[in-house]
Amino acid sequence: MLDKKINHPLHAKTDIPVRFSEETLERVRKIIERYPAGKQKSALLPLLHMAQEEFLGYLSVDVMDYIASLLEIQPIEVYEVATFYSQYYLDPVGKNVIEICRTGPCAICGGEAIQSYLEQKLAIKTGETTPDGLFTLKAVECLGACGSAPVMQVNTEFYEFLTEEKIDHILDDLRRKSSEEKPEASKWKEKFF
Amino acid sequence: MERKILLKNVDVPGIRTFEVYRSTGGYDSVEKALKKMTPDEVVEEVKMSGLRGRGGAGFPAGMKWSFIDKKSGNPRYLICNADESEPGTFKDRYLMEKLPHLLIEGMICSCYALGANTGYIYVRGEYKYIIGILNQAILEAYEKGFLGKNILGTAFNLDIHVHSGAGAYICGEETAQIESLEGKRGNPRIKPPFPAVVGLYGCPTVVNNVETLANIGFIVNNGGGEYAKYGVGKSTGTKLISACGNINNPGVYEIELGLSVREFLYDPKYCGGVKNGKELKAVIAGGSSVPILPASLILKTAAGEERLMTYESLADGGFVSGTMLGSGGFIVYDEDACIVRNTWNLARFYHHESCGQCSPCREGTGWMESVLHRIENGHGRTKDIDLLVSIASKIEGNTICPLGDAAAWPIASAIRHFRHEFEEHVLHPEKCINSTIRQFDDVTIS
Ligand SMILES: Cc1cc2nc3c(=O)[nH]c(=O)nc-3n(C[C@H](O)[C@H](O)[C@H](O)COP(=O)(O)O)c2cc1C
Ligand code: FES
Repeated sequence: MLDKKINHPLHAKTDIPVRFSEETLERVRKIIERYPAGKQKSALLPLLHMAQEEFLGYLSVDVMDYIASLLEIQPIEVYEVATFYSQYYLDPVGKNVIEICRTGPCAICGGEAIQSYLEQKLAIKTGETTPDGLFTLKAVECLGACGSAPVMQVNTEFYEFLTEEKIDHILDDLRRKSSEEKPEASKWKEKFF
Repeated sequence: MERKILLKNVDVPGIRTFEVYRSTGGYDSVEKALKKMTPDEVVEEVKMSGLRGRGGAGFPAGMKWSFIDKKSGNPRYLICNADESEPGTFKDRYLMEKLPHLLIEGMICSCYALGANTGYIYVRGEYKYIIGILNQAILEAYEKGFLGKNILGTAFNLDIHVHSGAGAYICGEETAQIESLEGKRGNPRIKPPFPAVVGLYGCPTVVNNVETLANIGFIVNNGGGEYAKYGVGKSTGTKLISACGNINNPGVYEIELGLSVREFLYDPKYCGGVKNGKELKAVIAGGSSVPILPASLILKTAAGEERLMTYESLADGGFVSGTMLGSGGFIVYDEDACIVRNTWNLARFYHHESCGQCSPCREGTGWMESVLHRIENGHGRTKDIDLLVSIASKIEGNTICPLGDAAAWPIASAIRHFRHEFEEHVLHPEKCINSTIRQFDDVTIS
């Protein structure tokens, strides 16, 4: 078991107001309605995804406390879940989170070399964020796309059959997109939740 | 001629939309089940079909359904297991991406059979775009009156919701999945009681794999007997196999159970042989958890018979010389693959994914990872090999859920069939073809 540590109180305070917009709150109500009355805690995983996306890109303690208050559960019930699942980040991340698959099938198809190449191109080690805050590189377990190995996921997008040339293009593309505005958050929320 | 059940219409343009799907006969089974059959009759057909769970364990679906507690008076639930995190497995993703309505159709018939008025699809968090596709399909089904209240004018009501996981292999295990769906850590529960009696919110619950549920429409339409005409013996029907690794045509294939492994591996219709003209070294036939077999034992059984893609044939020889069909994740290794490195890689996976409840699994997976890391990096000792076997044997069977077994089998089998390679790594680490690739000093990144 590899529970992540909550860096309390380092990331406890954030300088943004931790509150969903009315529109998002309407969405939250709809999500809670999917579960029987009194079982609103079931909405915790989807809500943490939304909170991570909407506020900081990771879950700070006050974001988690806010979700606890929305669901009328204890903060500890949120912390213990947030520390269990690998898609919740408890530390600040870059604008783009690159998750390269490191598991067997990808590894035998050149995944390890791609991971090294990414480290070299970004000039960071796996687990780190570039100084400009654009990229965080993470190694993750099988993404369920082994037939197109090697594979990585950036934000919600899959990139498959990776080669060094492809990585060059993808990084350039992401750099360009990141200089533009962040896509409207409610769009992905409509689609995914 | 190859016969298909699930992917027959996969290439029809627009099949992802309700209109096109319906025009190919989609949702006919819902009309038939709800209007012409009783729930028990549906269960009977599924029993007769011989359909076995496609999530890995291969438990007969109809029998599982018949265990659902109908006396408690509590609501009943169906959970579709779309967590798909077993390395080498990506068939459910394909099915949901291409044919979302096939799953929903199957779920409606299944819920009707079980008397469930709510169904959840638990999708692994990484499949975000799949969640979008499913939500769209569900919306269409509501609009057309196939979901919601009084479906097709009958008294049957059903809601289906998609629920997103958040990155945890263990949540594919059914009781961990239930915990996760309740908004908790994915810690598996002790069985019994089984979910069919005490499941989601303490209510009777059936958890079935995506592919299992996608077969139900065909069974309702054509009868269990017709389904059982596909396949051989107790391996009825077809199976989606996701093939990956060092092959020419990685991808998802629907095969009729009973196809020979050789044909699947070498026929250009399927894997198309080992990539770059290399020799075959080994195959993991059913997802990373099942025992790895060397080339000699995957193509033929120890008794010299042709090995077939069936539950029985792949298991022939037990764990001494056989393996399992599992989830259908078919991983092929060519002559250059380093078995030690691959085994270490998988040990790391299981260590990372152990939920930590049971000491043998929590500690044992970490020990196996460290010992294998040591061997792979040239610091192994001869006695390490037996140490690994010993740790694996002490995890197996001593944990609440089968993740412990799933972690032990790949390691035990790799040593059973490739002991010489481990010994070689201990004695002559410099000879390992991987010594130049990448030194991972990070034992684990979480
Ligand atoms: C560690 C572990 C992971 C599992 N992962 C999955 C999975 O991703 N998908 C799945 O359908 N079944 C998975 N299973 C099997 C489920 O526990 C369960 O048997 C299955 O969903 C039942 O559906 P079926 O009878 O239709 O196969 C897993 C089991 C274990 C022990
Ligand atoms: S091993 Fe990389 S996607 Fe499965």
